[in-house]
Amino acid sequence: MELVQMQKSLQDYTKSLFLDGVLDSQFLQLQQLQDESNPDFVSQVVTLFFQDSDRILNDLSLSLDQQVVDFKKVDPHVHQLKGSSSSIGAQRVKNACVVFRSFCEQQNVEGCHRCLQQVKKEYYLVKNRLETLFKLEQQIVASGGMIPAMELGF
Amino acid sequence: RGRANENICELSLVLNFNILSSQLLLLLSAMASDGGVSCLRRSEMMSVGIGGMDSPPLDVDEVHVLAVDDSLVDRIVIERLLRITSCKVTAVDSGWRALEFLGIDNENASAELDESSSFRQVPVVIMSSENVITRIDRCLEEGAEDFLLKPVKLADVKRLRNYLTRDVKLSNGNKRKLPEDSPPLTLSPDSPDSSPPPSTLSPDSSDSSSPPLSPVEIISSQLSSPIDDEDDDVLTSSPESSPSPVRRQKMRSPGLD
Repeated sequence: MELVQMQKSLQDYTKSLFLDGVLDSQFLQLQQLQDESNPDFVSQVVTLFFQDSDRILNDLSLSLDQQVVDFKKVDPHVHQLKGSSSSIGAQRVKNACVVFRSFCEQQNVEGCHRCLQQVKKEYYLVKNRLETLFKLEQQIVASGGMIPAMELGF
Repeated sequence: RGRANENICELSLVLNFNILSSQLLLLLSAMASDGGVSCLRRSEMMSVGIGGMDSPPLDVDEVHVLAVDDSLVDRIVIERLLRITSCKVTAVDSGWRALEFLGIDNENASAELDESSSFRQVPVVIMSSENVITRIDRCLEEGAEDFLLKPVKLADVKRLRNYLTRDVKLSNGNKRKLPEDSPPLTLSPDSPDSSPPPSTLSPDSSDSSSPPLSPVEIISSQLSSPIDDEDDDVLTSSPESSPSPVRRQKMRSPGLD
């Protein structure tokens, strides 16, 4: 594929993530922080987010599987995930966490289980999409091209 | 400890210390109850030397931010945001480490006032993801210089930095000694600087008469319990509009019970 085509694909793909609400403007903020001195900033932060989130989701699964669910343990985890997803612009994950927290507050175990599934679903989705995005970027760079700056006019 | 919900950290922080160079800002994320942060609470004035800041006097515009946040992702982001706005950054993950960095000996409950040194106040800025107006107001009333709503954006940090740089210039030469027997900590509301309307944290704000900055004595207590959170979580839809004012309005989402 030609470089120009790859760049166009990347832009279209990125745009679709915003239009679908998978990402929000905070992701653009992160991109603004990337430059020649920090060319991999976004992928670095996102990778950290993935590692952090994998751990949190694991902890959440364990906590919710207990005989007696300790919501004092569950809620901080959800809060943490809400925070980090918000910080990288993973909007749907964040929103799912918001709902999750309200069920925690109600101490609704059933509801929390459902929420966890929803959070996981959104998380794997954004993870998948971002990994694809980074692959596209890598292909462009490997072909000697530049990553086009994100156009904000949509 | 063991609070299910985050709270705006309890902090009672008066750091009067001898800084030769950079202006220090404490950027404090609201975290789950953290013993170290609780220990940042002091009932008396302290004079401390800052560990590791023995470097020769730097540009008066140099700002050094001590960012405290227990989230790794947030630490990385805030660090980058600050560096990109030419701030020197130290990012730590807890109140305890902040204390370490500041060289405050936790066990030394009654530190002596160093009357011969010049003092500067450490502005404290709170960061939180919780958009609760009452809390934000409380933070500001109790002496926080500013409140940043997470996720923090470049514009927020830039504003902060401009504000601080102006402060440094103002406070140069306005060195005060503390009285020998300082009264118990209270707010000093009569300083024009202590509570400007939050939305005017710009060079054009009301402090143009440049009075000396009075000590910022920040005392706060535990703010609301977990159940009090109204609207603390906000559902958003893409894409957000922008620059964050100091005080965010409560946002309501139809979907949220």
